[in-house]
Amino acid sequence: MNRRDFIQLAALGAGAMLLPLPTFAKEISESELLTPILSTADKKRLADVALNTARSNGASYCDVRIGRYLRQFVFTRENKVQGVQNTESFGVGIRVIANGTWGFASTNRVTADGIKKAAETAVAIAKANSKFQKEPVRLAPTKALGEVSWKTPIEKNAFEVPIKEKTDFLLSVNDAAMKNGANFVSSSLFLVNEQKYFASTDGSYIDQDIYRIWPTFNVTVIDKTTGKFQSRSELAAPMGMGYEYLSARPEGKYQLPEGVIGYGKYYDMIEDATLAAQHVKQKLKAKSVEPGKYDLVLDPAHLWLTIHESVGHPLELDRVLGYEANYAGTSFATLDKWQSRSFNYGSPIVNLFADKTQPTSLGAVGYDDEGVTTKQWDLIKDGILVNYQAIRDQVHILGEKESHGCCYADSWSSVQFQRMPNVSLAPGKTKLSVADMIAGVDKGIYIVGDSSYSIDQQRYNFQFTGQLFYEIKNGKIVGMLKDVAYQSNTQEFWNSCVAICDESDYRLGGSFFDGKGQPGQVSAVSHGSSTTRFNNVNVINTARNV
Amino acid sequence: MSVLSKEEAKKILDKVLSFSKAEECQVSLGGNISGNVRYARNTITTSGFNENINLNVSAKFGQRIGSASTNELDDASIEKCVRRAEELARLAPENPEAMPFLEQQTYLESQTYFESTARITPEYRASVAHEGISQAEQLGMTAAGFFEDGVTFSALANSKGLFAYNQSTGLEFTLTVRTNDGTGSGYAVKDYNDVTKFRPKEDSEIAVRKAELSRNPRAIEPGKYTVILEPAALVSDEGLLNNLVFSLGARAADEGRSFFSKKGGGNKIGEKIIDERLNIYSDPTHPEIPAQTWQGDGLARERIWWFKNGVLQNLVYDRYWASQKGVKPIAFPSGVIIDGTSATVEDLIKDTKKGILVTRLWYIRSVDPQTLLYTGLTRDGTFYIENGKIQHAIKNMRFNESPIIMLNNLDALGKPERLNGNLVPPMRIRDFTFTSLSDAV
Repeated sequence: MNRRDFIQLAALGAGAMLLPLPTFAKEISESELLTPILSTADKKRLADVALNTARSNGASYCDVRIGRYLRQFVFTRENKVQGVQNTESFGVGIRVIANGTWGFASTNRVTADGIKKAAETAVAIAKANSKFQKEPVRLAPTKALGEVSWKTPIEKNAFEVPIKEKTDFLLSVNDAAMKNGANFVSSSLFLVNEQKYFASTDGSYIDQDIYRIWPTFNVTVIDKTTGKFQSRSELAAPMGMGYEYLSARPEGKYQLPEGVIGYGKYYDMIEDATLAAQHVKQKLKAKSVEPGKYDLVLDPAHLWLTIHESVGHPLELDRVLGYEANYAGTSFATLDKWQSRSFNYGSPIVNLFADKTQPTSLGAVGYDDEGVTTKQWDLIKDGILVNYQAIRDQVHILGEKESHGCCYADSWSSVQFQRMPNVSLAPGKTKLSVADMIAGVDKGIYIVGDSSYSIDQQRYNFQFTGQLFYEIKNGKIVGMLKDVAYQSNTQEFWNSCVAICDESDYRLGGSFFDGKGQPGQVSAVSHGSSTTRFNNVNVINTARNV
Repeated sequence: MSVLSKEEAKKILDKVLSFSKAEECQVSLGGNISGNVRYARNTITTSGFNENINLNVSAKFGQRIGSASTNELDDASIEKCVRRAEELARLAPENPEAMPFLEQQTYLESQTYFESTARITPEYRASVAHEGISQAEQLGMTAAGFFEDGVTFSALANSKGLFAYNQSTGLEFTLTVRTNDGTGSGYAVKDYNDVTKFRPKEDSEIAVRKAELSRNPRAIEPGKYTVILEPAALVSDEGLLNNLVFSLGARAADEGRSFFSKKGGGNKIGEKIIDERLNIYSDPTHPEIPAQTWQGDGLARERIWWFKNGVLQNLVYDRYWASQKGVKPIAFPSGVIIDGTSATVEDLIKDTKKGILVTRLWYIRSVDPQTLLYTGLTRDGTFYIENGKIQHAIKNMRFNESPIIMLNNLDALGKPERLNGNLVPPMRIRDFTFTSLSDAV
């Protein structure tokens, strides 16, 4: 289920009761969320059953993932708690190579017997599929790590915070919005904990404990005289953090033009909801945009999604090769463009990098889901396309000897495949504040927050809207705009990038439920940037009379 | 066993209810067996098989509800699950909108299960993939597709005497064929309850033919055009009318924050919203799109009119909102039916002086919920029509359009076709708004 489905269900007033459970998940109690099921030693013993069975059945490689995936979702609207859902999904996924072909099987019977049978099935599937194999798997080597572990560096485990504290907090967020003039407000908290144990015949035994958090709200105000309504959602990002993210520490705040407050490592959700209600009232009275060409000044809480769609997705190597052609699509960023070492993806100040280690990001892990130590690497260097995102069975296509470490499965029951790492725009190297950037714009729009997003299946043509739009005239913000959407082409857009604020403005945005694959899998990914200027972008007016 | 018969399910549900100590208890039991094959680059890439069963218990004390679930169905596990739901209910915050569970309802009969589909084998799935791959290879093209089938059951019972059961089968097929020169792409999509209606050869050919026809597209100026939208553009996983259906919630309308809100309060039921030739309704017993006749909370899905002669007849009322408004609750539909004519897409093309044929739309996102304005792009087969004939393929374009404006600019309807659990005709629409060109193939 993606974010859009959540929003559609929410729009129908479905709330938590109609939310489908993740595959193989079951609803459990809060105390069970905090009770471990297996010790690391037990997991190692069980993992060895899979590795030994696969080997003795003729597999040349095997990896096993014993996964416990915990989620807690809390939903509220106005002064009501609509629902709380705690779920657990626990099982084992076993992947093998036999006769040069992948095979996969999974089971929720996490016993020596269940695992042995699943390993046998995985090998049998690999052997059966090998009859159709045209390109035998070439797996890049990876270092045997022995027994290692990694945990998201959290200060406070959000699952340990009593549910009452969470619902009271969300109700106080709603109250702040209502007191400031909202007619309606809904707020939610999504918490995820992935307890993943990975082992492979390469000699790695990896225990990881991963945490993510997403606080979200939507505030609506209705103008009764005109029947028009406007909304605003949060200006903060989902994070790879614990409950400390909601601690509202002042070092998380970014004072932006027009009293807008952006958020970095700590989020003041009550303050944001208060401002949201005020902003929505202004939106109702805002001027409808005059269509035309504008210089855009894009805040990180907006730009992350443009980076995600126009850089993150087109540089997934499996898309480039055609593996996603039937669903997500292919990519304009074909191998010949990369091979030329001269494809101008963006202007020379554009540097975009992939990173699975970035602290507090959604994608941060110590090791990926095929046992590769994570790292950072360049995708666009000084405006030139220099690399893609690739995993162990793909990197040979790029002439590389080592996986990028961006393999992920959203469940023990899903096959791991290449997923987008955090992809971020490097901040500008010279000192530049948001106010100074705006001061240099004659005719422009300052956009904060993400909203509607759409891009074609090869990632050329896109259209984005936002949460807040401010008109810039002769270096000054002159008022709020509405009905703004910008349309551009990926290469044209990134080549129109003329200025990037410095590191002091760098913040993360991100997606909690990015979808890919058939059957669909979700993953969570962050995108960092500082406020960035793009010149002469086409802006349309989205108002309609119906 | 992950798919239980009505009797087997009832026996387990009765047992669960016998353990209950809550004021009210509701139990759902569901399971499925499904298999799939995925292919790309003219080879099978993955194949999967899943079996799952899940028992979910909701205990209710006053306005407090707690839910717990398990996939183990022995007595001890069931009782533990019931106790856990009760413990969670006592700790849960009060939900003032929680409704009492339903008493026994009357449900329509619908034939949703077909033995033919339940008997699908891995070999059959592989043969479906092979069909598309071999057709594509012969013509120097590349196939990527997905075929998934399954058997599902769901049962619901509660302490107030309600019992409901459904068993159904289904399959979904999608295929994208791309020409190896990268200039053409075609798409086919089918879904059925009964696999005997599925024709892998003919249905794969649709994608191959569209790919061939769509080679070397030419650019035309974006603007307002007459379009023929095939059903896949209307109601597939990316369909412009899905969004209209998703907007049919009564509560948002009554609260003043939906297209269906009436200025000054209330909603637009009774108002003419779209072209008077449009009749849109739902019927879970329709033999072409049979569906379960009740939704998750036990509310019956009935035959219901949404638009009659263009006039809005009903909106979706959940049980709480219906109780607030003093009306009968109306379930969210399993699919919609739009009446059409006997005209084929070819017939619609013949009658078109100048226009665009759209196979499929992609990446549709809401731009303005007030006007139901959506944006998205054409994909996998977009053609220019002049004087009743397809002249050539054209480059894909981005649209910004509201289904409300579109359904007021209706020019002609064709013959309804099943798609994604809906039964809708191809439509010819005047003045459809394209706002920019895309180089994507």
